[in-house]
Amino acid sequence: MTALPTEQLLHAAYLVATVLFILAIKWLSSPVSARRGVLAGEIAAALAVGATLFNPEVVAYKWIVVTLLIGAGIGIPLGMVHMTAVPQRTALSHAFGALSAALVGISEFYVGAPHVSRFSMGEIGLEVIIGSLTFTGSLIAAGKLQEILPQRPIVYRGQNFVSLSVLAAALLLAVALVVNPANTALFPIMVAVALVFGVLLVTPIGGADMPTVISLLNSYAGFSAALLGFVLNSKVLVVAGALDGSSGFILSVIMCKAMNRSFTNVMFGAFGQIQASGPAVKEERVVRSAVAEEAAGILAAASKVVIVPGYGMAVAQAQHKVRELYDALSKRGIDVVFAIHPVAGRMPGHMNVLLAEADIPYDKLKDMDDINGDFPQTDVALIIGANDVTNPAARTDKSSPIYGMPILDVDKARTVMVIKRGMSPGFAGIDNPLYYLDRTLMLFGDAKQFVGELVREIAGGASH
Amino acid sequence: MPADFISNLYVFILAGFVGFELIKRVSPLLHTPLMSLTNALDAIVVVAAIIIAGRQQNTLSTVLGSIAVAASFSNMVGGFFITDRMLRMFKSGKQKKS
Repeated sequence: MTALPTEQLLHAAYLVATVLFILAIKWLSSPVSARRGVLAGEIAAALAVGATLFNPEVVAYKWIVVTLLIGAGIGIPLGMVHMTAVPQRTALSHAFGALSAALVGISEFYVGAPHVSRFSMGEIGLEVIIGSLTFTGSLIAAGKLQEILPQRPIVYRGQNFVSLSVLAAALLLAVALVVNPANTALFPIMVAVALVFGVLLVTPIGGADMPTVISLLNSYAGFSAALLGFVLNSKVLVVAGALDGSSGFILSVIMCKAMNRSFTNVMFGAFGQIQASGPAVKEERVVRSAVAEEAAGILAAASKVVIVPGYGMAVAQAQHKVRELYDALSKRGIDVVFAIHPVAGRMPGHMNVLLAEADIPYDKLKDMDDINGDFPQTDVALIIGANDVTNPAARTDKSSPIYGMPILDVDKARTVMVIKRGMSPGFAGIDNPLYYLDRTLMLFGDAKQFVGELVREIAGGASH
Repeated sequence: MPADFISNLYVFILAGFVGFELIKRVSPLLHTPLMSLTNALDAIVVVAAIIIAGRQQNTLSTVLGSIAVAASFSNMVGGFFITDRMLRMFKSGKQKKS
């Protein structure tokens, strides 16, 4: 048997890797097979990287080895972050992914310059623009999530006009380069303008809109990798990029629907605008509040409790105390489930990983569509750190900025309890009429501390 | 239009459809791991970065390629690592009791 040429083996390795990528996502569909999906992905990645090292084009290994080690040195600590930090880690990884796609594209341009064909120039230009704007946009998103940058939306008059003009400038530069690829001086300007656009795109966006933004940046990072596959004529890149891009795209559509935003609204990055509208007219209304002892008594007498977690639970790091509460109630034979709104938290699925980390069985975590029908039969809906996703104004008040947004129907439960620091409106600055209902009890305090007190009261009551 | 472009376009569109059909079926429960896994898969850009860093064309290519290797490989390692960590936390009620 004659040895196959190296190139054929490379193609074979990439083909197998491509198939494994598709299987990885297929297996991720259910928690039962999901870890097999990760293994398939790891084998695919090892195969593709290993095969590439034998590519005859690769002649110098020193920097490859050094940078692979640096990459692993950055990647491992980033893989070990606490679950509450997963959104910023994800944003940072979108930034890294887009950075590498952009850099490879830039390098490809300078290798060919000034004799790049017009067609390749078009591909490279688009790829580098998307990669660059995703890089800076994701860095801003990560900075906001890490609270290095203000989480509030930063808005000014004519913002959309300025931002879109900058994007148009980047695209015009790309067109000018396609017309005359030898005009290489324009290339770095195009990259710089695209980098600026990334900053402008994400700066106006508030923390509560991060699930949509992260998904969108995910999709951009994927599509920049797919475009790079076009530039380099690499099918494995095209497939991986298409999978990542469509995943981010689908997630952003899901997030949009969960916030009742149109897709155009997202594509043009006008997320911040809705949040900027002023708060509703203030009037003095009475709220009923309760201390832990009373609340614990009501919870202990319930037969069905639905816990609604939100970003506030993550901020207070209350998930482990919530697990104790779940255990204490379950021990008394009370049916406890969790209602997860698609945009609860700072990224898609954020609440699920936090609660899974706290060892709550995943069959107790219910999507909005699965749980909403259950609220009328629920004795207590306990809201921990969630606000807008429970606001009944979204159903009834046409003037509310969140009108039309699908919400968790907590107000249909017999008793609603809201753990909150004070009466200040949520991040979006929208008043929540839920708090003034007769059936609502406000539990004022820090989420972690208050849930701890509830656990103590319920456990104490059980020992009588 | 170059023939390579056409064949890549076929691959892109078909992979997009496959991705759409598969990702639609991923439970919302696993949307965070989905994002970190697809991120790790996307880090396959490292393959292109390795070639650019290693083919010794000129200093610029080597520098850009090397940064790209570090950036994408950190995603690859970190992405798989954290996805597996997250998935290990997802246990059903039955698994918990056993």
